[in-house]
Amino acid sequence: MLIVVCIKQVPDTTQVQIDPVTNTLIRDGIPFIVNPYDTHALEEALRLKDRFGCKVAAISMGPPNAEGTLRKALALGVDHAILLSDRVFGGADTLATSKVLAAAIAKLHSDVEEVGLVLCGKQTIDGDTAQVGPGIASRLAYRQLTLVDKIVNLDLSARKIRVSRKLEGRHEIVEAPLPAMLTVVRELNRPRYPKVQMRLAAAEAVVEVWNNKTLQLDEQKIGLKGSPTWVSKIFSPERDKGEILGDGYADPDGAAAQLIDKLMAKDMLPL
Amino acid sequence: MTPNPTIFTPLLLISMASFAWGCWKRFSLISLGRSEDRFDNIGTRFGDMLLYAFGQKRVVAKPFGINHFIIFWSFIILLVANTEFLLHGVFPSVSLTNLPDGILMPLLLLLDIVSLLALAAVAAAAVRRLVVPPYPEARTMEAFFILFLIATLMLAYFGINAAKISTMQEGGRVLARVWMPVSSVFAGMVPVAAGAYVYGFSWWAHALALLAFMCYLPNSKHMHILTAIPNCFFQRLGKPNTQPREEFTVGNTFGVDRVDHYSWKDLLDSFSCTECGRCQNVCPASITGKPLNPRAVIHNIKVNLLENGAALKKGGAPQTPLIGESGEGSVSEESIWACTTCGACMEACPVFIEQMPKIIQLRRHLVESEAKFPEELLNLFENMEGRSNPWGIAPTERTKWCSQLDVKPFDKDKTEYLFYVGCAGSFDSRNKHVSVAMSQLLDRAGISWGILGKDEKCCGESVRRLGNEYVFDKMARENVAMFIERGVKKVITQCPHCFTILKNDYRQFGLELEVIHHSELLRNLVQDGRLVLDKTTQYMGATVFHDSCYLGRHNDVYDAPREVVRAATGQAPAEMGRNRNNAFCCGAGGGRMWMEEQVGERINLTRVKEALEQKPETICVACPYCMTMFEDGLKDVKAGSVKVRDVAEVLAEALLR
Repeated sequence: MLIVVCIKQVPDTTQVQIDPVTNTLIRDGIPFIVNPYDTHALEEALRLKDRFGCKVAAISMGPPNAEGTLRKALALGVDHAILLSDRVFGGADTLATSKVLAAAIAKLHSDVEEVGLVLCGKQTIDGDTAQVGPGIASRLAYRQLTLVDKIVNLDLSARKIRVSRKLEGRHEIVEAPLPAMLTVVRELNRPRYPKVQMRLAAAEAVVEVWNNKTLQLDEQKIGLKGSPTWVSKIFSPERDKGEILGDGYADPDGAAAQLIDKLMAKDMLPL
Repeated sequence: MTPNPTIFTPLLLISMASFAWGCWKRFSLISLGRSEDRFDNIGTRFGDMLLYAFGQKRVVAKPFGINHFIIFWSFIILLVANTEFLLHGVFPSVSLTNLPDGILMPLLLLLDIVSLLALAAVAAAAVRRLVVPPYPEARTMEAFFILFLIATLMLAYFGINAAKISTMQEGGRVLARVWMPVSSVFAGMVPVAAGAYVYGFSWWAHALALLAFMCYLPNSKHMHILTAIPNCFFQRLGKPNTQPREEFTVGNTFGVDRVDHYSWKDLLDSFSCTECGRCQNVCPASITGKPLNPRAVIHNIKVNLLENGAALKKGGAPQTPLIGESGEGSVSEESIWACTTCGACMEACPVFIEQMPKIIQLRRHLVESEAKFPEELLNLFENMEGRSNPWGIAPTERTKWCSQLDVKPFDKDKTEYLFYVGCAGSFDSRNKHVSVAMSQLLDRAGISWGILGKDEKCCGESVRRLGNEYVFDKMARENVAMFIERGVKKVITQCPHCFTILKNDYRQFGLELEVIHHSELLRNLVQDGRLVLDKTTQYMGATVFHDSCYLGRHNDVYDAPREVVRAATGQAPAEMGRNRNNAFCCGAGGGRMWMEEQVGERINLTRVKEALEQKPETICVACPYCMTMFEDGLKDVKAGSVKVRDVAEVLAEALLR
């Protein structure tokens, strides 16, 4: 059984600023990172590999420099790393993206090994839509289990998976037959740290690049052309300026008391 | 019972063979280690050997060390008598008495007195070990057996001489009273009739003790009498404040997890340790009840080598793991992570054993080859690699501390000094005050200085000490390339960790900088009259100074920060009981700054209490980590009225307010 992890290279959003004039992201000099939620998906796939011996493939759609993200996945122990990169994939919204990723997973399923699980982060920190994972599941007709914070049981012989979903204020235990697509939250696990030998091997390993010649998708249905969503504007929401309460140096107790009163008045301290 | 060459000669040959075999075995074990060049600067090495091995400089630095000095030099002098004894046993015609009287008599007097001194020193050592041992586990059978053997040799020596004297004519006895005064006293106890018997008994007692020593020596901790001398010769020239680089190519191993991956010098270290315990008595981890004991680390490396040596020689795999919880012969992970790399152990070791670098090698293996480390370090490692600072704060915020100040970027054509602010000075809210004070002082002194601003990156000190050499290597290469590209030649740091990395570690990456710690620069500016103090500040009250390990012990800067405080306050800061090269770590070095401390008493609390004994109103520091550790510690002991200030803040207070 093959586990496919979808990972994305994203700008380190804590360092991204918005150009006040053009309302676009200033991306110059901002380092790229692996989407943090995806690192948990990757970790869970690798834990299943450690437990059941299944193979793991990491796929990522992005520009050629997204190869770095896949090398990180290789350093952590994935067996295949495939970059989906083609100019015609560019400018895609979540619909077009999920079509490309689904096509790649289908190809892995037919060419490499039967796919049993697809793991995605619950969302990316740049787009924050949380739509790509479910989009893949829909296109592949896989069961979708979103917001997973624990895999309760994976039964490979019965081809069933049981997971805990982290919902607001409660957990939900659900079971589904394989193949299934999971989106995961951070509570699922603690990602591992790469070993140096693996990093060095990953630096020399081959990252396969699949373009649209490989996937043979209708160019009208992918990339910018296949994306019905258009971003008209990006802006930073205005935020009310805060206030300084008391004097934390001279009278920390008094300042803390004032803060508590203030929060209680706004009903922000559950008692 | 009389000396008999026919019995003695085969015994001697067997003992010599046993001695040679034992030494050869040890030597072949040491040769399992990896190569390391310690043959440079032979002249300096020879001088160091004379000073530290024969001069016993570090041994006598502690009060009881004089006792060892006496035993050591007695041993050297008595080599004459013992060599004669062995030769005489085989060839009865060989004897010191063949020497002309002008040489013989003074020599006999010397040997007589030296033997008495040695006997007294051995007795003192035994009493000390019983009553006030250097550490509780020091009362070993092995230690007492060695003392017993030495005492036997001395007593037998007197026995032999006393027997000879007792059978002498009156004239001989008178002469003996002058030239062998101690033996003569013993002679008074030997009846003439028993002379031959006492002689034979003493001779054989001496012979057997000597031969037993020969056989036992290479197999005991007493081996140090052979290894400590070359160990002083092969000591690291300069300070052991950096770690060697690693080569990151596929197929290499990283760090050390088996004893033959240490260098031969590391293995020689393990055979040079006589378990005096001075290292553990100064180790902040050992003292505060952590599982780390530097003496035990060295001992376990030795035991591991002895247990695995045979298999390793045949190219096999080690049976006893070097890192593990299996007791003797293994070093536990918990103890590996407890080290603050303060260097106190290496400063204390009389024979220059390098404990700290060995611990870092073990860390390297855990981090690089196994990705196994305390979980709180995961964020640190990722933050350092991803955002080049320990907290993972956006690099764009590096210049926030000076957003209200007129600070210029470093420009190689216009600026003399790069002020390398460091992560703490840039991001830590308390330490930003130090950066501001520094910028004001530099401006006041008219120094031409600038910063790298948002382009400044972490120096990587913590990750290197934590054994993440791979990430450190990357960070160091990036920094070195940037420094070269920007034309940086002179650097001011306010953090001893940045200071030591830029000054010492980056040399390994081909960068020679003129690095000055801010305390040295400020001291110079005051001395040169570029910072003129027309008043001293009383604001600080009574002060006490705490030495940062990486400023003091690792880089020998002791006076500059004290002089800055004295210039500012008009008074030298008070000294804690442990100061300068004996100073006690704050607990944050070696990456411990970023780790939890759950076992034993907290190191910073121990140090804070020591500082409070001086009843200070201000504790002066010269390191951002020390600052944090002291501030936290003062809160814990509810001594919030005592303030912690960096020396730059103290000076700025006197000068600018």
